[in-house]
Amino acid sequence: MTNKKTPDDKNKRDFLQVSTYALGAVGAASFVWPLINQMNPAADTLALASTEVDLEQLEEGQAITVTWRGKPVFIRHRTKEEIASAKDQLLDGLRDPQTDDERVQNEKYIVLVGVCTHLGCVPLGQKSGDVKGEYGGWFCPCHGSHYDHSGRIRKGPAPTNLEIPQYSFLSDTLIKIG
Amino acid sequence: MSKPKFKNPVVNWIDYRLPIFTFMNHELNEYPTPKNLNYFWNFGSLAGITLVIMIVTGIVLSMNYTAHIDYAFDSVERIMRDVNHGWLLRYIHMNGASFFFIVVYIHIFRGLYYGSYKAPREILWILGVLILLLMMATAFMGYVLPWGQMSFWGATVITNLFSAIPLVGESIVTWLWGGFSVDNPTLNRFFSLHFVLPFVIVGVVILHLVALHRFGSNNPIGIDVQGKQDTIPFHPYYTIKDLFGLSVFATIFAAAVFFFPNFMGHPDNYIPANPMVTPAHIVPEWYFLPFYAILRAIPDKLGGVLFMFGAIMVLFVLPWLDKSSVRSSQFRPLYKLFFWFLVIDCIALGYLGAMPAEGIYVVLSRLATAYYFFHFLIILPLLPKIESTRPLPISISTPIITASSNASTVMAMREKK
Repeated sequence: MTNKKTPDDKNKRDFLQVSTYALGAVGAASFVWPLINQMNPAADTLALASTEVDLEQLEEGQAITVTWRGKPVFIRHRTKEEIASAKDQLLDGLRDPQTDDERVQNEKYIVLVGVCTHLGCVPLGQKSGDVKGEYGGWFCPCHGSHYDHSGRIRKGPAPTNLEIPQYSFLSDTLIKIG
Repeated sequence: MSKPKFKNPVVNWIDYRLPIFTFMNHELNEYPTPKNLNYFWNFGSLAGITLVIMIVTGIVLSMNYTAHIDYAFDSVERIMRDVNHGWLLRYIHMNGASFFFIVVYIHIFRGLYYGSYKAPREILWILGVLILLLMMATAFMGYVLPWGQMSFWGATVITNLFSAIPLVGESIVTWLWGGFSVDNPTLNRFFSLHFVLPFVIVGVVILHLVALHRFGSNNPIGIDVQGKQDTIPFHPYYTIKDLFGLSVFATIFAAAVFFFPNFMGHPDNYIPANPMVTPAHIVPEWYFLPFYAILRAIPDKLGGVLFMFGAIMVLFVLPWLDKSSVRSSQFRPLYKLFFWFLVIDCIALGYLGAMPAEGIYVVLSRLATAYYFFHFLIILPLLPKIESTRPLPISISTPIITASSNASTVMAMREKK
C-alpha cells in the first residue's frame, strides 16, 4: 500500500459510490412499485369497466338506472316537451354553460352519471313519484341541488353539470357505456 | 451531554430530547463487533430482512385476500391472475417462508457449531428458540389460508395433534376449530392469527437484539472479546459485509421466485379444499419434515406429539445440557464430530418425514429420532468428561499459538483473566 491517493482515485471512488447508490435506489423503487400498484384496479375490475344497455323497452318519459363501475348511470327517454325545454334554455345564467346538443348523442336519450357533482349523493328523479326539483330534471336530497332535463346544474351548491359517461350507440337502441 | 455530537443541528435538537440518533449510532454504527466473524454471521441480519419482506408482502396480499371458505381459494387465484403484480407478491411471500426457514436453520446450526448459546448468552438463545416456535405457528397458519387440499388436511392433522392430550384433548380441538371440523371459523381465526403473530415475532426479535447487544456477537473461536484491539465498528465493516451477503441471498431468492416458484410447494395445494377426500400422500412443508418424522416414529399418539414438541423443548434447555466451558467446535474435536452427526441426523429425519410411513422408513425414523434425543440428552452432558479440548488462543487478536507457548500457559492466562 505505497501508492498515494491521487485526485483521480478520489473521482473514481466518488463515481463508484454515486453509481452504487443510484443502482440501489433503482432496485428499491422497482421493488416498491409492485407494492403500490397492487392497490390499483385489478384486471378483473377493469374487465367490468363497460356495460351494454338495451333501450328498446324504454318508453318515452321513462327512465332506467344501470350500474357502471359501481356507480349509477341515469338513462332517460325524454318527451318532446322535455327536449324542447332543454334546447330552448339560454346559456346566460347557467353555472356551467353547455348546450343540450353538447350533452346528448341522440336527443331522445339523455345518459348521465347519477352522482351529484357536489358531494357524491345519488339525485332523485328517476322514478315517477320522485321529487324532480324546480327544473323538472333531477333533485339531490342531500344538499338541495336542482338539475334540468339536460342534467345541468340550475340551483343549489353543486359546481358543475351531471357528468356524461363515455358511451356510444351500437345500434339505434343499444348503447355501450364505458 | 451539552457538547453537540452530530453535525446537523436539527438532529442534535431532536437527539437532546429523544436520543434516538445516539441509540442508532451506538447500536448500528460504532457498535464494537468481533473482527473475526465469518459469513455464517450474516444469517442473523438476513433473517431480520426476510421477516421484513414477509411482513411487507403479507400486508399487501391481505388487501386482496378473502378469508372465507367459499372465496379464499378463488381470491388467491385472483391474486395470481388479475391483481397487478399479484403473482410476484404471492410468489415472494410463498418462497419467502421457505427461505426464512433456510436462513433461520443455518443461523441455528451456526449457534450450535460455535457454542453461541453458552453463558452469558442463554437468554439470547432461548429467545431465538421462541422465535422459531412462533415462526412455525405462523407458517403453519399461513399455509392454511389458500384453502387448497394440503391447506385443509394439514390444518386437520396438526390441530388433531392436540386431541392426544388426555381428558381435555377433544374439547381443545373443538375450541381450536370453532366447530366440529376445520371449517370457516377455523380459517377466519387462522387468518387473524397469521396477521398478528409476525408482529409478535418482531417484538421478540427486538428482545433478541437487546440480549445480543448486551455482550455482543460470539465469534468463530468462541472466546470473549478482550478489548478494542479485538473489535471493529459495525459500520462500515459489517454493514457492507451484510449487504454483500444480502445481495447473494437476494439473487438466489429471486432465482427461486422467477424460475422455480413452486419447487418447494406441493401441487396438491392447487386443488381446492375438499373435506370429503384426503390426498393420497399428505406431507407438511419441507421445513416441518424432521418434526413430522419424529411424530410418526413414535407408535403412540400422545407419545408422538410429546416427542415432536420435545424436539424443540430440548433446545430451550440446551445451554444447561452442554456443560463444556469451551464454546467453539474448533477446539472441541469430539463435539465437532457429533455436531456433524446431528446435522446428518436432522437431514435424515427430513428425508424420512417425506417418505411414506411404512417398512424400512419406520425403522430408520425411530433410529434417527432416538439419535436426536441421544445427542442432546446423553452425549452433550457426558462429552466434557471424556473430551480433551484443544488449547484456546490468548485472544482474538493473537489467535495463533506461538511455538514457545504451550497449552498450560495459555490455560493459565485464561485462568488469570
